[in-house]
Amino acid sequence: MNAPGGIGAARYIGERMPRKEDGRLLTGRGTYVDDVVVPGMLHVAFARSPMARGRIVSIDTTMAKAMPGVHAVLTEADLARIPVTLLSFFMMPMEVETTLLARDRVAYVGDPVALIVATDRYLAEDAAGAVMVEYDEETPVVTIADARAAPPIHPDAASNVAATMGEDEPNPDLERALRGAAHVVERTLTHQRISQSPMETRGVVSAPQGDEELTLYITCQSPSVIARSVALSLGMPDLSIRVIAKDVGGSFGLKNTPWREELAVIAASLILQRPLKWIEDRLENLISANQAREQEMTLRIGFDAEGKLVASHCDYGINNGAYPQGADANVAVHAFLWAAYKMPAYGFLTRGWYTNTVGLAAYRGPWAMESYGREVLLDIAAREMGIDPIEIRRKNLVTRADQPCMTAFGMPLEDITPADCLEKLLRHFDVGAFRAEQAEARKAGRYLGLGFAVYIEPTGTAGSMPVMTGETVSVRIEPNGKVQAMLGTHSQGHGTATTMAQVIAEELGVRYEDVNVFEGDSSRGGYGPGAAGSRQGVIGGGAAVKAASLLRDKVKQVAAHVLNASPDAVTLERGTIRVAGAEEMTRSLREIAEIAYGEPARLPHGVGTGLEVTYRYDPPPVTFTSAAHAAIVEVDGDTGFVKIKRWISSEDCGVMINPAVVEGQIAGGLAQAIGTVLLEEFHYDERGNPTTATYKDYLLPTIFDVPDFEYVHANTPSQAAGGFRGVGEGGAIIGPPTLVNAIADALAPFGEIPLDLPLTPAKLLAVITGKPLSPQHHAAHPAAAAGDAAAPAPTPDDPGIAAVLAGVEPERIDPPTAAGAAVDGTWKLVMATPMGPQEMTARFATDGTTLMGALESPEGSQEFAGTAEGPNLRWEMKVTKPMPVTLKYDLTVTGDTLAGKCKMGMFGSAKVSGERA
Amino acid sequence: MSEHPIALTINGQAYTGRIEGRLTLADYLRVNAGYTGVHVGCEQGVCGACTVIVDGRAVRSCLMLAVQADGSEVRTVESLAAPDGTLHPVQQAMRDNFGLQCGFCTPGILMTMAVLHDRKEPAGEDEMIAAMSGHICRCTGYQGIRRAIRQLTGSAEPAQEGAH
Ligand code: FES
Ligand code: FES
Repeated sequence: MNAPGGIGAARYIGERMPRKEDGRLLTGRGTYVDDVVVPGMLHVAFARSPMARGRIVSIDTTMAKAMPGVHAVLTEADLARIPVTLLSFFMMPMEVETTLLARDRVAYVGDPVALIVATDRYLAEDAAGAVMVEYDEETPVVTIADARAAPPIHPDAASNVAATMGEDEPNPDLERALRGAAHVVERTLTHQRISQSPMETRGVVSAPQGDEELTLYITCQSPSVIARSVALSLGMPDLSIRVIAKDVGGSFGLKNTPWREELAVIAASLILQRPLKWIEDRLENLISANQAREQEMTLRIGFDAEGKLVASHCDYGINNGAYPQGADANVAVHAFLWAAYKMPAYGFLTRGWYTNTVGLAAYRGPWAMESYGREVLLDIAAREMGIDPIEIRRKNLVTRADQPCMTAFGMPLEDITPADCLEKLLRHFDVGAFRAEQAEARKAGRYLGLGFAVYIEPTGTAGSMPVMTGETVSVRIEPNGKVQAMLGTHSQGHGTATTMAQVIAEELGVRYEDVNVFEGDSSRGGYGPGAAGSRQGVIGGGAAVKAASLLRDKVKQVAAHVLNASPDAVTLERGTIRVAGAEEMTRSLREIAEIAYGEPARLPHGVGTGLEVTYRYDPPPVTFTSAAHAAIVEVDGDTGFVKIKRWISSEDCGVMINPAVVEGQIAGGLAQAIGTVLLEEFHYDERGNPTTATYKDYLLPTIFDVPDFEYVHANTPSQAAGGFRGVGEGGAIIGPPTLVNAIADALAPFGEIPLDLPLTPAKLLAVITGKPLSPQHHAAHPAAAAGDAAAPAPTPDDPGIAAVLAGVEPERIDPPTAAGAAVDGTWKLVMATPMGPQEMTARFATDGTTLMGALESPEGSQEFAGTAEGPNLRWEMKVTKPMPVTLKYDLTVTGDTLAGKCKMGMFGSAKVSGERA
Repeated sequence: MSEHPIALTINGQAYTGRIEGRLTLADYLRVNAGYTGVHVGCEQGVCGACTVIVDGRAVRSCLMLAVQADGSEVRTVESLAAPDGTLHPVQQAMRDNFGLQCGFCTPGILMTMAVLHDRKEPAGEDEMIAAMSGHICRCTGYQGIRRAIRQLTGSAEPAQEGAH
């Protein structure tokens, strides 16, 4: 194990220490949100829309209000007394108006229409059934294919494109490279909608204490994020908000941000000045908690004759539903698609689409489609070109010798080890022996398959996006010698109280049992985004290393002074202080702590009392985790049923704090990947009605679906303090392609398998028998299945797309031919960035065709020079924040408005619009 | 709404009261009796989180009405450990094998395991694993649960625990 630590110090980093969380959780003494009871608390239920799209003609709450135990029935008109702004995880307002309850229209089945407050949940649900709503039903837009063709579902959106980036017209150089490639593979892959399905659903207890204080118990991923977000959403800067989330029953991205229901309950509690509890039931969770992953991707990859990558293009779309938690084109898919491979040229178009379905939220590894698309197509290419799937990866993976380097997307890359992970994996697995077994089995009519996948993942990101911050750790040694640590890290099952205690105990030199870790309370830990982006081990761990070592230094300084020794001669191990060569000087930590707190006169000059340190750690901007996985499956030729026989993970997650926790994270992610590939599918019918609203219909993996995983820990220390790398999301990213490749290998004698997840037995049986699937509910997505995304670049006669392409009204696509449009002066510009609209002020001054100017944004002002050819303005400018990138503006002035785009290097293009100030 | 008198024993303690006919046993145990170790994950009888022991049998308390437990002896996860805090073997096995992450599914899993482990002829590995098919865990991928079962049933140790 790669544990650092002093000579003779107790090693906890790298050990399978028993979890600190387990004592309470095994005995039923945990505190999840539904376990919280506040005096005077009332219960909330929601009346929800039964249809995917419609206008609300009237809402009659009279009968509901008259029911026994009912205290209030609130509609959006009532809640509007407190104007609430919904915010994304990036703390940005929504691009379309998103109210807490539906106001005059409903946009998905489950859209909350009224909030009922009663003395218990049973009575609240009775009353919810008695809220009379008259609707005028409209035709819903359900799939991405529907969204492409339909007029906008939101009155305040120009089209159903929620967000877009990338090249909206074919890039001639890239197309030439692809045309010139010796071999090209192109496939369209579709990914079903996934419900994150934490076993604990969403829930909140909102307890106002007068006008100035609010205590929230809420199941979430970070109490401090919730405190910040709720304060901003409510626009009540003077409200003191404390957020407590002691135990959380899983989240997987769902509980990142407080959403409509939680904020509606909070607003209602403030209006009624009563503590309110809302616990989502599973039906609500499956139909009205935001979901993830409904995507399609058309990927083209060109290879040279040897199988080396030449160029690639990806057209990608993701269903954002009606109210996504931030409109999202998922540009991270493109940032990471080729990051681990030597890819000379890459281009993409990426779009998010509004539909009348429940909105998009995060799910473990939100960009995972990149690994699915890439690794599956690499295997297809290998098969077509007659190259071994391992060789095609060896030829193209970025090795240590290639680093540091830039990715095809323009991202600096350093410290990745995917090629090493693959080689270490192969040392633990005899491919030749398997191939022989596979050949024998085929003769006997048994279909075994082997699949590989390789990937890298950004973890512990900090400093480049405003909400992705460092972490604070406060550690103090109490006068009794026990250690208390207050952290902003937060476990939804991650076991951070365990891992952080291990780091602190080792670095400080105390017993693991003597370290108490307190998390889950915004009033205790420092600000931190919690569990998001596989960051807690890297950043929380790094902060724990730093804080504990600073505190150890202070203990040594005090002890040396008290014992009249040199600080270098003092050691602290397992809570005992020793002086080298002077056994009689041995003291317990408690003795020194008592002096440090109670006897200031015995402390060194200038040293304050107490033994406590708070340290805020800012890690390197990103720490990469790499992995290679292999899976062996057997597909039953009679049933199409997939049995996973073996699965080996070879991952580099840096220094492991607790291998059992690491393996638990990988296994959990892989189990979710198995669900994604074989079982799970949240499905809507063509009217937008959910058809998988129970766990009898939405199939989660059981113990029979998940094999025993094997682990090769191919670890190398990272450059972050402690050497840790993140490991929370990886299994969910690399798992799907590993399994799909194994299934494809097993069924290779029959031809190619479909790439629309999940790969149900029926779909695989169709491959085996050569008989197409009988039409079933998948027929609801004919366009998507038929590869609508594979269509060539959108044509201008598609009005929705045309508007998007131009970023403006269609008539503004062609620049006016009349030259000399007045350009000079001050303009207000808005750029649509992935993190929300960014406002800027531009000043232009032209001299002939020369353009001079300056651009002002909240980040500062920058001058530029470019060209003005008639109404067409072009300039370039370099910026360094949030990342170094050259911005290329291309705008066209029409009267007092202007429009166009800004190419942002690796981030694709953003629409820019503006008007004269 | 109908009210019914009930009298039952929960974790060895006698309880009496008048309750509504539609109140689930899960809600009675959690809300009326305060045993919040009973977790409700689906209310659809699928996830198993709400499993308690009623008269010696593992039962989904979300699918049973409290009135049906009238006269019964009910045990929840809070009763598993000995009064001195010593964990029940199934709890210890889950702890030793990192059988839980978020812990939400855990009480139900423990109750099913306890019934199978404590009966006169304790269940073997296959039977226990078969019983686990009625429990959903979204966190662990069932790795530690399977290891815990192997420890409890004395079957072979898990294949390998990571090469370094
Ligand atoms: S809550 Fe009873 S089975 Fe899920
Ligand atoms: S430990 Fe979280 S659901 Fe099982």
